[in-house]
Amino acid sequence: MLAWLRQPRWSPYLVGALLGALLWFIFSIPQKTLGVSTNFSQAVRLAEEAIAPSHAAQLTYFADYKIPRLLGWETGILIGTVLGAWAAALLGASFLTGRLPELWVERFGPSRLQAYSLAILGGLFVGYGARLAGGCTSGHGISGTLQLAASSWAFFIAVFAAGLATAALLFRKEA
Amino acid sequence: MVESWPALGWGLLAGFLFGFLLQKGGVTRYEVIVNMFRLKDFTVLKIMLTAIVVGGLGVFFLHDQGLAKLSVKPAWLLANVGGGLIFGVGMVLLGLCPGTAVAALGEGNRRAAFGVLGMLLGAWLQAESYGWCSGLVRQVDLGAATVHSLLGVSPWLPLGAIAAGALVLFLLIEAWERSRTGTSPGPQDLPR
Repeated sequence: MLAWLRQPRWSPYLVGALLGALLWFIFSIPQKTLGVSTNFSQAVRLAEEAIAPSHAAQLTYFADYKIPRLLGWETGILIGTVLGAWAAALLGASFLTGRLPELWVERFGPSRLQAYSLAILGGLFVGYGARLAGGCTSGHGISGTLQLAASSWAFFIAVFAAGLATAALLFRKEA
Repeated sequence: MVESWPALGWGLLAGFLFGFLLQKGGVTRYEVIVNMFRLKDFTVLKIMLTAIVVGGLGVFFLHDQGLAKLSVKPAWLLANVGGGLIFGVGMVLLGLCPGTAVAALGEGNRRAAFGVLGMLLGAWLQAESYGWCSGLVRQVDLGAATVHSLLGVSPWLPLGAIAAGALVLFLLIEAWERSRTGTSPGPQDLPR
């Protein structure tokens, strides 16, 4: 058991099956869905309501998408995810070294300023897209698709279409 | 400040297992995500499709027994598709999505911290801009539509089709991987 937990990496099928079993638990005991990106909208809501309450009151998004004001299930997911990945990395002795990914350096060069700037830009697209769509890879991509939600399958297919096109453009062979 | 401590506690437990599995699956790494979209590494698809099939079969079974509560997000298709397209571009640029970026924080990934900062900015811009685009993005509103409600069939039919499709796809991917490397693929070390 301990040797298994200490492996740096598990079979993707096993990981997928265990994630599926985790969702049985999530849908039946706390009776929730697994989602991460609501936390970002919640952080924005709380910050805006603290800094500019009259402006925040005009933003219909928070009510339309039922962004909670109080901490709860989603907050637990957020903190738990960080701790779980930390524990897994600790057991597997597979923490990151702090270097940029090899593939990144190969394609974009070693500049950290550039890497971090583009990470913010990429994150911005991810955050905007997830919140517009009403979920991300976990909320739509797994929790929604497994319920056969039309919204989630539309999102899932759009993500793969855009991702394939972006990767083809970004990594096309220079002539 | 806290709506429900029990819910937060369950969330912590579920999140812990979620983050643990994402890290062990290798999907907290830039290469693994980007190479999915370059069609060079199918780890992401294997994990997601297996989770959808195993999760879906179990959740619908539990629901039939009255033990699980479903919660389907509204199908505002222009928002779902538009958001998905924007998300896909960002996911390849960053090499992470919200869940995997948060998990990557736990293994000390500094790029992920900048990615999460970007996600907060994106969520902020989205909340700000929703007012003038909400009319457009909610044009196609199918309510809580599902694949089986649209087709007018039992959920077990699309679930079975997805399971069969995933199985065939996995067999093809495994055969392709063996032909490329000459060995049966197994868990490898993580890219850095």
